[in-house]
Amino acid sequence: MTFSERFSGWRVLKEGLTGNKGWRPHWRDPEPKRDYDVVIVGGGGHGLSTAYYLAKEHGLRNIAVLEKGYLGGGNVGRNTTIVRANYYLPGNSEFYSHSLKLWEGMEQDLNYNAMMSQRGILNVFHNDGQRDAAVRRANSIINQGDDAEILYRDELKKLVPFLNYDNNRYPIMGALLQRRAGTARHDAVAWGYARGADQFGVDLIQNCEVTGIDVEGGKVVGVQTARGPIKAKKIALAAAGRSSQVAAMAGLRLPIESHVLQAFVSEGLKPIIDHVITFAEGHLYISQSDKGGLVFGSYLDFYSSYAARGNLPMQEHTMEAIAAMVPAVTKARLLRSWGGIMDMTPDGSPIIDHTPIEGLYLNAGWCYGGFKATPASGHCFAHLIATDRPHAAATKFKLDRFRTGKGLMDEEGTGAQHNLH
Amino acid sequence: MRITCPLCGERDRREFTYKGTARAIPALDAGVGPWDDYVHMRDNLPGAIDEWWQHDMGCGSWLMVTRNTVSHEMIAVVAGEASGLGLAEAQAQAEDQA
Repeated sequence: MTFSERFSGWRVLKEGLTGNKGWRPHWRDPEPKRDYDVVIVGGGGHGLSTAYYLAKEHGLRNIAVLEKGYLGGGNVGRNTTIVRANYYLPGNSEFYSHSLKLWEGMEQDLNYNAMMSQRGILNVFHNDGQRDAAVRRANSIINQGDDAEILYRDELKKLVPFLNYDNNRYPIMGALLQRRAGTARHDAVAWGYARGADQFGVDLIQNCEVTGIDVEGGKVVGVQTARGPIKAKKIALAAAGRSSQVAAMAGLRLPIESHVLQAFVSEGLKPIIDHVITFAEGHLYISQSDKGGLVFGSYLDFYSSYAARGNLPMQEHTMEAIAAMVPAVTKARLLRSWGGIMDMTPDGSPIIDHTPIEGLYLNAGWCYGGFKATPASGHCFAHLIATDRPHAAATKFKLDRFRTGKGLMDEEGTGAQHNLH
Repeated sequence: MRITCPLCGERDRREFTYKGTARAIPALDAGVGPWDDYVHMRDNLPGAIDEWWQHDMGCGSWLMVTRNTVSHEMIAVVAGEASGLGLAEAQAQAEDQA
């Protein structure tokens, strides 16, 4: 990158002194070519990071990302921006550990301010059973090589004094703290990967819905799109909640059910919540954005949905959970709420794998945990596409694990129903 | 969303629990393929689908609800025993084929 392409303090100074006339669009808006080595379906966080790492780590250049709307317009722009590596089961544990390490170097790598903020996450527990589970999880995280601490009530009170410690039904007993966890500016993550991929010559093609996948003799040969047919040697699906629809174009059915998860943001407040805090009470997670808005959410609505909006019962539950656990903020007014389409799997863990069709690769099933996975998902998916072997950090995200029963990763132990994870 | 229970009438969604996509249950001895398909795999396409809801805060019955997953419109509700998707039907069909 030349000086005029890099972001830096010097650049801001120079542009400030010269009328800010040197800023350019962060990526090109190319016409699709007729032929690519790799076509990635889905221009969200995972698709864009896949394109970036395919170019950067594997030297591929003839790559297109096809996006039906605009870049980063799906779940990467709709989540609650939490980044963490506090998983319990082998398979997930090493993958999210890998992801957090990539998060820590991402801004420097991309030369892009993603506002990565390692403010720490507190998973609050309320009873003996939850405490035991938190301690086991902490040990698992430490064995993986990441950081975890158990704080009991008095230590936690010093850190976050404004919680309701004496709720009759859910008294707060302590919390699992991971200091390296935190939040990142979700849109900027998509934009940073988009810009990085574009600088390697990847074509980012927006308003280009894929309408068909061409398979000949059990092998992919190209896609049909709203902007004409495109030939491809390899096709990589990263379509999140729409994965089943895209896979159906190649005649595949997936172990996925799409559900709606709502998220909420309040009006801007002065700084009060320094960490990301989650409650095991009825499930609630809350943090405060740099603009001051409280960003929070809780469960899925629990019924399958493509509406990208939810219903009142789960909104009511979420507000009740805040009133019970963080009464200090209940006077804040709700600014807005929205919903995203979650690709739920039967064990709550994702899929990065080959498909039965040669040249067709699948990255899906992120349930409602895809944002924190963005760097590693792209990194490991790119490895699979380029080498046809799984990356060492993502060997267990197999598509056939539900049929064989081998390597299921049901973190919450809730069984095979898609919406219960 | 409101669901019209055939026994109790129209009730708030809060009285019901979603129990997954409603499909014909395989015969008990159908083997791994059909059971894997039944438990895990889904068409999962947007639009009208059949699904199970239990009226657990009401009469307790299982209902087959036809609902549009894009608009959340409730299209039809029938009692579970009238759905034709039960184990008895699956066994009868398996015996017919045998």
